[in-house]
Amino acid sequence: MKYEVVIGLEIHAELSTQSKVFCGCSTAFGAEPNTNVCPVCLGMPGALPVLNKKAVEYIVRAGLALNCEIANYSKMDRKNYFYPDLPKAYQISQFDLPFCKGGYLNIQADGKEHTVGITRIHLEEDAGKLVHTPGGTLVDYNRSSMPLIEIVSEPDMRSAKQAVEYAKAIRNILLFAKVSNCKMQEGALRFDANVSVRPFGSKSYGTRTEIKNLSSFKMLQKAIDYEYQRQVSMIEKGEKIRQQTLRWNESSNRIIALRSKEDAHDYRYFPDPDLLPVILSDAFIEDVRSKMPQMPEEKKKMYIEQFQLSEYDAEVLTANSELCAFYEEVLQDYNEPKIAANWVNVELMALLNQSDMLVEELPFAACDMAQLLQNIQSGKISGKMGKGVLADMFETGKSPEEIISAKGLSQISDTAELEKIADEVLANNPASVADYRAGKEKAIGFLVGQVMKATKGAANPQSVNEILRTKLNE
Amino acid sequence: MRLCDMPLYQLSAMLDEKSISAKEIAQDVMKRIGEANATVGGYITILDEKEIMESAQKTDERIAAGARRSKIDGIPYALKDNMCTKGIRTTCSSKLLENFVPVYNATVYEHLINAGGVLVGKADMDEFAMGSANENSALSFTRNPWDTKKVAGGSSGGSSATVASGQAVFSLGSDTGGSIRLPASFCGITGFKPTYSAVPRYGVIAFASSLDQVGPLTKDIRDTAIVLDEIVKYDDKDSTSAKIATNYAQNLNNNIKGMRIGVDASLVEATDEDTKAAVLTAIEKFKEMGCKIVDLSFNHNEIMVAAYYIISSAEASSNLARFDGMTYGVRREGENVIDTYVNTRSWGFGPEVKRRIMMGTFVLSSGYYDAYYKKALQDRTLIKHNFDAAFELCDCVLSPTTIFTAYDAGKKLEHPTDAYMSDVFTPMANIAGLPAASIPCGFAKNGMPIGLQLIGNSYQEQTLLNMAYAYQQETDFHLQRPKMTGEGEKDEV
Repeated sequence: MKYEVVIGLEIHAELSTQSKVFCGCSTAFGAEPNTNVCPVCLGMPGALPVLNKKAVEYIVRAGLALNCEIANYSKMDRKNYFYPDLPKAYQISQFDLPFCKGGYLNIQADGKEHTVGITRIHLEEDAGKLVHTPGGTLVDYNRSSMPLIEIVSEPDMRSAKQAVEYAKAIRNILLFAKVSNCKMQEGALRFDANVSVRPFGSKSYGTRTEIKNLSSFKMLQKAIDYEYQRQVSMIEKGEKIRQQTLRWNESSNRIIALRSKEDAHDYRYFPDPDLLPVILSDAFIEDVRSKMPQMPEEKKKMYIEQFQLSEYDAEVLTANSELCAFYEEVLQDYNEPKIAANWVNVELMALLNQSDMLVEELPFAACDMAQLLQNIQSGKISGKMGKGVLADMFETGKSPEEIISAKGLSQISDTAELEKIADEVLANNPASVADYRAGKEKAIGFLVGQVMKATKGAANPQSVNEILRTKLNE
Repeated sequence: MRLCDMPLYQLSAMLDEKSISAKEIAQDVMKRIGEANATVGGYITILDEKEIMESAQKTDERIAAGARRSKIDGIPYALKDNMCTKGIRTTCSSKLLENFVPVYNATVYEHLINAGGVLVGKADMDEFAMGSANENSALSFTRNPWDTKKVAGGSSGGSSATVASGQAVFSLGSDTGGSIRLPASFCGITGFKPTYSAVPRYGVIAFASSLDQVGPLTKDIRDTAIVLDEIVKYDDKDSTSAKIATNYAQNLNNNIKGMRIGVDASLVEATDEDTKAAVLTAIEKFKEMGCKIVDLSFNHNEIMVAAYYIISSAEASSNLARFDGMTYGVRREGENVIDTYVNTRSWGFGPEVKRRIMMGTFVLSSGYYDAYYKKALQDRTLIKHNFDAAFELCDCVLSPTTIFTAYDAGKKLEHPTDAYMSDVFTPMANIAGLPAASIPCGFAKNGMPIGLQLIGNSYQEQTLLNMAYAYQQETDFHLQRPKMTGEGEKDEV
């Protein structure tokens, strides 16, 4: 018997608001421990939360981007449990009335398009961070009360690959919507995977386990693959799957049980009396919608219809928000969408792929790339030279102007100088001149080559061609 | 009458006339603390005399410069010890917080600092404001100034007893289910719980967030109006804070002719004989002043106390979870983090607080939530509707504040719920979020004060103040002062 895997994801994304979700503390990453804190996010007695309006705007934006229904009436609830990183001993979250419900996302995986349902998106606060030292465990509350959204999917994925593609697509959407920086190395995007298996063709679900806190796509893939194998081998041995919460151990590439259903927390959710219910008017929701940044689907359409890009180019550019943003920045200084798309998708991508780098790690800015393309357009350098300059830029981070002048690459477009060289070439090659004049058109190729040689390739071949013809036809 | 026994409005006028100085008032209050503190108690922390006198000195300088800030500039007052005071320890009368010194001020305290009030000390209370006799204090004691063998009432017992005994001119207390009104009634002073959301809660250590409200305890309703003008202010740090325009002291008037007073006779009937007689006499007095009595019959009297204890305990179980010894307060180390939680909380909380935490945890647990917490919220809605309907018929609701007058300290109640059932008149105002006052309306045969409760519609503080003002113009119960033992020669004013 063959088994299929059933996967649902809970994705936590940190919102990129300036301040925390219930107080005015900064959300900047990497500050000295316990410096971005105040009585509110430290859970000091008597301190009260005040909901960050920007965070509400952001979650609504995320909800709209993921085709959700936005609730006109929502509220914040308390989730009660003790842990040293949770200073109030409750997390302010949402229980039964989240801001967003019933969305979906289309993804490409396993060579097909799949629709993944989104059950809900709710707003909550992050906890602090435990730091284990030889002297004991310390707590850093800088992260306490950072704004998080939790995006809960339906159990609609049927392979680890689909789960990864879905997670990547969510990341891309959140980046396009400008609600989260999704920096996974900073923990701004985390996944919990709910995994069960069932015989192919079965309509009912198997017992699921939840793997907590996966912090990279690679981990997500590995953990699901591992858990699938584990569950299948248990079933094949006739053992029962227990409903459990699990943790992926990256160093041992294994799964560790955290707790089983029997000792699951009773979180005693109840409405937070310190916060009023949130009433979102249709006008507010429409306002957020009208100010939405362009989403990938929309951009793709625009690229094809207005920029005349190929379907493929448009797809590549919009599947990666950083690449897309870079491309559009290039267009600001170099308004030739097709040529720019070609350079970004082919030349730049080749360099990035070779060195396994991300767009955001490029050592030069989009305006440098635009400058390079302008130099090619104006004929200052040839396209072939341009590729070399781009490679240098990639290596050194220097501006194209710097590289061109340092290497003396600039094409000679000074006609007087070119004419002088052309005269010399004509004088030194009477045989070819005679051939041309006798009707051997091809002879001009040799003469152009001689001029190019004399200028060390810095002449514009087209100009040289024209000058020579004029002189020969005189 | 000594300065320390005089009402705020009178002292304020004397300061304006420059017939006395703020330092003289402060000195007399300090002297009274010396006389009364051993028997009445009422404070957890008393500020250094030097600090108090410096604060009074600053008022005197402002008065000399013609720049007195408000009517409470230069007036000595006490704060219930659940209001955070930067640099001054704030304990909630709990062992867990006996070393807790806040790094921030409660917004109400900020307002009193800005108004120029002279803070004398932090008043005693039932631990985390849970109790109605002030006998659950883990750090101090408070007794009734009229008879120090008797309780002062709670949970703002310290706030009440210090004012009644002249150890403060006024105080702030907090009221979750009657914690201002009940001790005010027991100690023969005026207590006022404003509409929920009127006074900012930021920095006030929460008991039950949806019920808690800070208010003044004073010797005269005119004092109440003056203090409310300083503390009823919008606060952007409290999401539940309302924007209300106030000018209570200026708008105070005693023309209450034609006001309709709602009375549920069954509530009056439920009290002891002395209380019943005093309340009936007060009703006659209001009739004489031209008020109409409207008969009410609430159908929520039985369920109200249960709903109150379920909601308040549920919120408390969550609000008090933060006292785990991790980031502040006292920590009792254990083998591991769970042990540390258990040790700290088992050692730190008193029995009543533990009882409420357990009760609250139970009613929120899965499987019990619907039967208890959800049901209590439905009762809450019903009680609100009942009051909405009542206020169609009347302008305020009158009842006794308590079933009986102050009783002997240490009197063991058979069962904790017997104590709970004694709070039958006050929690309804918290459940419905309404403003309510307790004013003195007589004395029992044993000499203990009796209180009258007036409940108004939301944000109708002025109506209540005017009703109480008119009543105090016609009666002298609020002018009586308990005899302080150890009192020296009488000062003439």
